[in-house]
Amino acid sequence: MLRAQDLSVRRGGATVLEGVDLALQPGEVLGVLGPNGAGKSTLLGALCGELETDAGSVTLDERALGQWSGQERARRLAVLPQSSTLSFAFPVAEVVAMGRLPHDTGRVRDAEIVDAALRAADAEHLRGRSYLALSGGERQRVHLARVLAQLWPGGEGQVLLLDEPTSALDPLHQHTTLQAVRDFASQGAAVLVILHDLNLAARYCDRILLLQGGRPHAFGSPDEVLQAEPLRAVFGLDVLIQRHPERGHPLIVAR
Amino acid sequence: MGVLLLLAFWLSLALGPVSLPLGDTLLAALRLMGLPIDGEGLQQAELILGQIRLPRSLLGLCVGIVLALSGVAMQGLFRNPLADPGLVGVAGGAALGAAIAIVGGSMIGGLPPALAPYLLSICAFSGGLIVTAVVYRFGRRDGQTNVATMLLAGVALTAMSGAGVGLFTYLADDATLRSLTFWNLGSLNGASYPRLWPLLLVTLGVAIWLPRRASALNALLLGESEARHLGFNVERIKLELVLCTALGVGAAVAAAGLIGFIGLVVPHLMRLLVGPDHRVLLPASLLAGASLLLLADLVARLVLAPAELPIGIVTALIGAPFFLYLLVRGRA
Repeated sequence: MLRAQDLSVRRGGATVLEGVDLALQPGEVLGVLGPNGAGKSTLLGALCGELETDAGSVTLDERALGQWSGQERARRLAVLPQSSTLSFAFPVAEVVAMGRLPHDTGRVRDAEIVDAALRAADAEHLRGRSYLALSGGERQRVHLARVLAQLWPGGEGQVLLLDEPTSALDPLHQHTTLQAVRDFASQGAAVLVILHDLNLAARYCDRILLLQGGRPHAFGSPDEVLQAEPLRAVFGLDVLIQRHPERGHPLIVAR
Repeated sequence: MGVLLLLAFWLSLALGPVSLPLGDTLLAALRLMGLPIDGEGLQQAELILGQIRLPRSLLGLCVGIVLALSGVAMQGLFRNPLADPGLVGVAGGAALGAAIAIVGGSMIGGLPPALAPYLLSICAFSGGLIVTAVVYRFGRRDGQTNVATMLLAGVALTAMSGAGVGLFTYLADDATLRSLTFWNLGSLNGASYPRLWPLLLVTLGVAIWLPRRASALNALLLGESEARHLGFNVERIKLELVLCTALGVGAAVAAAGLIGFIGLVVPHLMRLLVGPDHRVLLPASLLAGASLLLLADLVARLVLAPAELPIGIVTALIGAPFFLYLLVRGRA
């Protein structure tokens, strides 16, 4: 289990993250929402050990993140950054296969996993294409397949951190991608996902952390967090909360 | 690719101001390796081969290998297919070291002739290492190496080294100027076993070490944090890549002068042929780099025979247009 206690990060004198306490539960999708600059990516960076924290601790299975060997950690914790700088013409299947680098499960098993991960990310038809020939959204799905492959098949004790995995996707793939993430979590992995779309968060997240100015403003189930009052306070946006006619989760409409 | 290298090596042994029949070359080479072959009529071939051609071809082989492999390492480190081993300042530093040895030597009334070639090599090698170390130091901040800063520091220090070389050029007399100029153009001429051994060792080290880092290089192409998330110790790998390049290019430049474009063009060309996967790219570049350098050296010693062109001119003449072609094709 990944647990953060009283996390604080300062950058050049300014506090960009303060007082965050959270534990990622197995099988749960935790959404992080907040306006630009609220500290969402900073939180993700601190949770995966990429950023130095000024206070607080991040532990994976009660052991400080820094004490894990790189390979051991990579088998348990995968991270999807907002964008990638890959500028070499790898075939898609090879990009996804890089997710298997921390493992030594053998060529045959790795190939099966690459296939399964590509299917999960609805990128199967891209497998032979050159990465450089893909659109932004297709690249995003390929990288999702890569981090899924890194943890495949996903089980209790594994952690997946996603930074805006739907930012470049068309409406259909926003849903298929988050559904794939949900399905992955249902195998036991804990997922943290940064999102901008309130309605996607309402539909696919079990809990939501609402950040403002680096501090948690609200933390709880979608029903608790996605209410007019906290959303106005954090985003400065006047909204109406309806119910999804079929699914019953909150539906957020700007006034 | 392996066949091409064998062929290039064979031709490079056989052809020259005195061309040997290909068959004799093979027989004499086998005899040199200690195989019991009838030596009748092969004495001359054996002499030329053992004393002149073999060290020269081996030198070419090593220089081609380290330049090409360092090119792959730097293009991986900077995640840029247009990176060149010279970017971290090693070539500029080596040139400065050589200029100090050549001009400084003549100013104190000439180095002892027996030591001169070694001093030149040692100065060039240390110059390359020192400048690379300084560049690497500039890139370090808070325990991390920023490759963009390193690249810019490399540009600045290469310019400073260039100024240093310019200063020594200005101070040099005519004869020294000539040897400095020729050194800057690179040549496999004057290869001898004592000068070959250090380079051979470094080449062996680099050629064994870098392929062990092929997966890490692949991961590095995704980005540094992605490579970290995949479990690699990125800071260590960056240091290893810089170290391999500094040692490899430093030793190559010390032994054969400045030979451009191999480190840039070979990895690029091989990437077009075999793809960007370093597990294939590194061995392919090793073979191609060695082949290309041997063939370039053949051109260098054959076009004006018995005189000889500096090999740097040949590689630049082949490499630069090819580079432009890549730019125009838009694959770069």
